[in-house]
Amino acid sequence: MDQNMIEKHTIAVLVDNEPGVLARVIGLFSGRGYNIESLTVAEVNNADHLSRITLVTSGTRMIIEQIKAQLGRLVPVHRVHDLTDEGPAVERELALVKVAGTGDKRIEALRLADIFKAKVVDATLTSFVFELTGTTEQVDDFVGLMGQLGLVEASRTGVVAMSKGPTAF
Amino acid sequence: MSEQKLTGAQIVIKALKDQGVDIIFGYPGGAVLPIYDALFQQNDLKHVLVRHEQAAVHAAEGYARSTGKVGCVLVTSGPGATNAVTGLLDALCDSIPLVCLSGQVPTHLIGNDAFQEADTTGITRPCTKHNYLVKDVDNLARTLHEAFFVARSGRPGPVLVDIPKDVQFADGTYVPPAEVKHKTYRPQVKAEMARIEEAVDLIANAKRPVFYTGGGVINAGPFAAKLLTQFVKATGFPITSTLMGLGAFPASESQWLGMLGMHGTYEANLAMYECDVMINIGARFDDRVTGKLSDFSPGSKKIHVDIDPSSINKNVAVDIPIVGDCGAVLEDMLRVWKARAKSPDKAALKEWWGRIEGWRARNCLNYNRTESVIKPQYALERLREALRGKDHYITTEVGQHQMWAAQFLPFDQPNRWMTSGGLGTMGYGLPAAIGAQLAHPDAIVVDVSGEASFLMNMQEIGTAVQYRAPVKIFILNNQYMGMVRQWQELLHGSRYSQSYSEALPDFVKLAEAWGCVGLRATTVAEVDQVIEKMLTVTDRPCIIDIAVDPKENCFPMIPGGKAHNEILFGPDDSPSSATPEDGMVLV
Repeated sequence: MDQNMIEKHTIAVLVDNEPGVLARVIGLFSGRGYNIESLTVAEVNNADHLSRITLVTSGTRMIIEQIKAQLGRLVPVHRVHDLTDEGPAVERELALVKVAGTGDKRIEALRLADIFKAKVVDATLTSFVFELTGTTEQVDDFVGLMGQLGLVEASRTGVVAMSKGPTAF
Repeated sequence: MSEQKLTGAQIVIKALKDQGVDIIFGYPGGAVLPIYDALFQQNDLKHVLVRHEQAAVHAAEGYARSTGKVGCVLVTSGPGATNAVTGLLDALCDSIPLVCLSGQVPTHLIGNDAFQEADTTGITRPCTKHNYLVKDVDNLARTLHEAFFVARSGRPGPVLVDIPKDVQFADGTYVPPAEVKHKTYRPQVKAEMARIEEAVDLIANAKRPVFYTGGGVINAGPFAAKLLTQFVKATGFPITSTLMGLGAFPASESQWLGMLGMHGTYEANLAMYECDVMINIGARFDDRVTGKLSDFSPGSKKIHVDIDPSSINKNVAVDIPIVGDCGAVLEDMLRVWKARAKSPDKAALKEWWGRIEGWRARNCLNYNRTESVIKPQYALERLREALRGKDHYITTEVGQHQMWAAQFLPFDQPNRWMTSGGLGTMGYGLPAAIGAQLAHPDAIVVDVSGEASFLMNMQEIGTAVQYRAPVKIFILNNQYMGMVRQWQELLHGSRYSQSYSEALPDFVKLAEAWGCVGLRATTVAEVDQVIEKMLTVTDRPCIIDIAVDPKENCFPMIPGGKAHNEILFGPDDSPSSATPEDGMVLV
């Protein structure tokens, strides 16, 4: 295997939801020059104040291992899991996409939204806001198509992910 | 449990005492006045007033490294905390356990750009192992105990606790250390047995082995150093160490090859280059050690023992990674070695030692002995002879003198050698010497210094005088920032840009101004005299100004970007051909 090949990995991190914890994670990436392609965070366990951070990063195998080890040594981190390495996982992101236009373009946007199973969450006579949930690639495709049909702006959550099967990570 | 209420400041004092702190290094200011008031009203905890907060942290480092305990620092908000930052990063780089308490503006003013406000937890986040801002007095005791736990557990490091002034005044409940358990932090101490057995097999079958040990052995405690010594003797293998690991294995033993790395010995570096099995215990494949990574020990199988999983496979891919405390791992390794009645390959080892003796015969630390000028190496050799058999501790500043001290002073015990390795902080040695001296009042503590480094924290002479710390500041005065000048000579066409120590004070008069003893040697004959005199001073600091050869360079040297077998022995080796372009950009 080529040691210098750049791999893309989705990593889930369970942390104590305390002040500064996100800054520690982000500071680690910026300070050591690692990539963050996307990062999402929210509290997932209110009783124990645990937050789950899902981040998508890329690097050589050695860098990916180093990222996981560095995350693991942060004091408020409970667990670090590499969902890309540890078997099948589902990944989704949510996007809000605003498209403005009239006539054929407006109709075509609505038709494509239907094909992508995007919901209309706001409508005016000249615009729509679509809500779409899907893989990163599906969202990329949808936003790409809307680019030709009056795309105004897009807002994306970044990836959240979970391993398949009955067990927690 | 008693429900007695204490103020935040009283909780701080009680928590420190319960954590076994006997000395705290600090500097007062507005945001820590309640804690200073509580300090005033008790006698168990000794406060040492430094002259600059950076020095408080280095002094606590010297205390921690010479005792194995957690060092403790107290500084005020804003500039107090920012001045401490260099010390905190120094302790992080060298894995020194510290707890630094900083004052903060009252909680209701945080974020308002108040007087002497700084985002201390933000600034120190990448400079500490962990940090806290305590906003509720009822969390204060728990947080302080946690801070001590985090500082000394796993890979040790500095922990900062930022305490707003209103929290110091508020009444809260104290909890003793026994009732505090950290939620998440559980560093792995015991290693997997399978890995240890695998490692012992590899060790037993080695033909050209070398032990490469580091600060992790020192941090694991004197017991780990003892186990290391037993194991190394049981195998009969050669051993070298990083700058941080000196003293874990006695330098007086014949198996000791000396320090390795950029200014390490020829025999140590060639043993690393030529070995077939490398046993790394508590070292981290630092760039000062590996040189050119692609040519680093190309033919060896590598075992790496480290308590920090992120140190493993970071720079160098290893064959047998072992995550665990060096002491615990050495204990297991030694047990498996004995239980399986392992023995080394005697014939192969004999041949290997034969080659090593050949490299040793090169006598790489040799220098041009002369009567006309004091060579820095000569001054250190004389210091070595004068300290032989005496209870002593050595600290250093950073630069040529530091490398010469590592080369020429032998350490037979751990915790005797304190130097800024990872961060390379000039000005470290004097405050560290004060910390070590206060922990060991009857021992001889020498700060091997250069004149430029000494100037960086020389205000601490005042601290040493105040607390009657008879530290010896042994200045190898070459009137240059010697290591900068050496690199300029080798890499930048001898253009000595800004590396000359201009307008130096008269160090003897400087000592006298502070009420210390000042001594000077300008001839070879005077070196022994000043050393002898310096050792008779036991009630105040002593500054020794040794006028050494200003042009002397530190050899051997592996230039940046070069491999272990491309070593320069002295000024006669052509530096121009030895410094490739890619090496120049390295530090």
